[in-house]
Amino acid sequence: MTLKTEPVTINLGPQHPSTHGVFRFRVTFDGEQIADIEPIFGYLHRGSEKLAEERTYAQVVTLTDRMDYVSSMLSNQAYILAVEKLCGIEPSPRGVWLRMIAAELQRIASHMVAIGFLLQDLGTWGTPLTYAMRERESVLEMFEMLCGARITNSYLRPGGVFMDAPVEFLPVLDSFLSALPHRIDELESYLTGNEIIFARTKGVAVLKPEIAINASLTGPMIRASGIDWDLRHRDPYDYYDRVSFKRPLHRAGDNFARYWVRMQEMRECITIIRQCVEQMEPGPVRPSHDDVPYLLRPPVGDAYVAIEGSKGELGFYLVSDGGISPYRCHVRAPSFINLTLLREMLIGTLMGDLFVSFGSVDLNMGEVDR
Amino acid sequence: MQGQGLLKGLGVTMKNFVRPVHTVQYPDRKVGLLGAAKRAGVSPFRFFADNPREGLKALLFIATVPERVQQAPRFRGNEFTWYEDRCTGCASCAKYCPLGIIKIVTHPGGIDVQEGESYAIDVFDIDIGRCMFCGLCVEACPYDALHMGSQFERGNYVRNDLVIDIEQLRSNLKRPSSWFRPQFEERKFDPFKGETVDDHYKAGRHEQPSPDELKERWVDGRK
Repeated sequence: MTLKTEPVTINLGPQHPSTHGVFRFRVTFDGEQIADIEPIFGYLHRGSEKLAEERTYAQVVTLTDRMDYVSSMLSNQAYILAVEKLCGIEPSPRGVWLRMIAAELQRIASHMVAIGFLLQDLGTWGTPLTYAMRERESVLEMFEMLCGARITNSYLRPGGVFMDAPVEFLPVLDSFLSALPHRIDELESYLTGNEIIFARTKGVAVLKPEIAINASLTGPMIRASGIDWDLRHRDPYDYYDRVSFKRPLHRAGDNFARYWVRMQEMRECITIIRQCVEQMEPGPVRPSHDDVPYLLRPPVGDAYVAIEGSKGELGFYLVSDGGISPYRCHVRAPSFINLTLLREMLIGTLMGDLFVSFGSVDLNMGEVDR
Repeated sequence: MQGQGLLKGLGVTMKNFVRPVHTVQYPDRKVGLLGAAKRAGVSPFRFFADNPREGLKALLFIATVPERVQQAPRFRGNEFTWYEDRCTGCASCAKYCPLGIIKIVTHPGGIDVQEGESYAIDVFDIDIGRCMFCGLCVEACPYDALHMGSQFERGNYVRNDLVIDIEQLRSNLKRPSSWFRPQFEERKFDPFKGETVDDHYKAGRHEQPSPDELKERWVDGRK
């Protein structure tokens, strides 16, 4: 006997605890399979790009903190690099090393959040999440040492960073870096061999490389589909051409691959930070106020700078009309672009895999809606 | 073997079960008699004899002691340390604030220790309710008169109470953060150890201009 079923359309979200951020799906289920899915967003729109048009270049840094609030250092870095290109500022070497260290630390913190919440979605009820958050906590404590804030850093300034690291910072960083590989091993032995995780993530929501390229996916998403695309290697900004690191790739393109790539990238972050600390030399962390004043007036023109953010290619496009604030500011938000393949990823999968696949995109609504 | 990975994972959980706990029980932590006596700085017997009521509570593990997270000296707190003698009323902080929440009203005729003649300040309001503690006002201050504070507990029922006015700025406990003030870091000043910097002489300046430079800048340069 066959049961007669009919498609059911339900709303998921936009309450924060149910999805990642205030995101809303309108899903049509055929039995337990997803027949159609419609993403709806814009609930966290704050008009950051428009607000940037009436603030000076130094003040916009505080807005970039609030775009992707789990990787604010990377947003800061992308914006500052765009301003430096626009004004033709030569940054101070020590400042650049320090902001590279801060950016890689932030990448570790952001990937920890991604992994922790992916496993939370799998139904582990918080245990791996607390372990991941514990490691992120040490990163945030180091940020508090550096710049006095944990999430909304505003650490970077045009030409470098606002202040040199305190003397206690480097020993703390060193002990963190030597402890982290064991912690990652532990997290990995907890999860990577786990049969339940395999069953839930392997072969689910597969993204083919061709589709990924066509949708201009970036970051860990495209590297999990087997495409070697990392802006730190392809188009080195700051001093990334002076450090060497591996780029972990996975062929499968499923949820497990996306989780695995993030896990391995954290190990590479450790080697990058170690190289930065070795090559860093004493000196000023930002140019003097005669060279880079508070009130910047860039020449008429535009600049686009993209960096490898924790979610993908994070770009800032600034247009200057010669005034004290940007004429136009546009952000290429990786979370937003990575969301475009949601339909291809999810149609045909089961209801229980919906949030796992959604979590494996690692999006941040602050950045999607801006 | 099927299930091996699962057991390995359970082993990790067990290992973490006996590790030291990272969570801080803010604002109060339950302690036993030993912990309470240690916090009071006396022996357990002494503690019990001095205060039997508290001692009994501690024996039942329902006595509490205050507990705080350790904070970095650069922490950008909310009560703003301000040295009135140094402030010239130039309103650089108000100009650089991304949200425009600092209000300054001045009139000519004040006296400033660094520059002699200056403006007298009538109103200096900082609306903490909208402040995001980015610290740009502190960075903009050319005379090191404004510093970030170090406190963060400012729960309130009324929104208007969140505006710090000039009287509060004068009377606040001066525990400045070392955000953008390297002079505090050089002498290892820690605002969380109860130390205060009461006047601007003690606070010091990072780039102290020499008297000759001051004369050149403010006397010869003005001619």
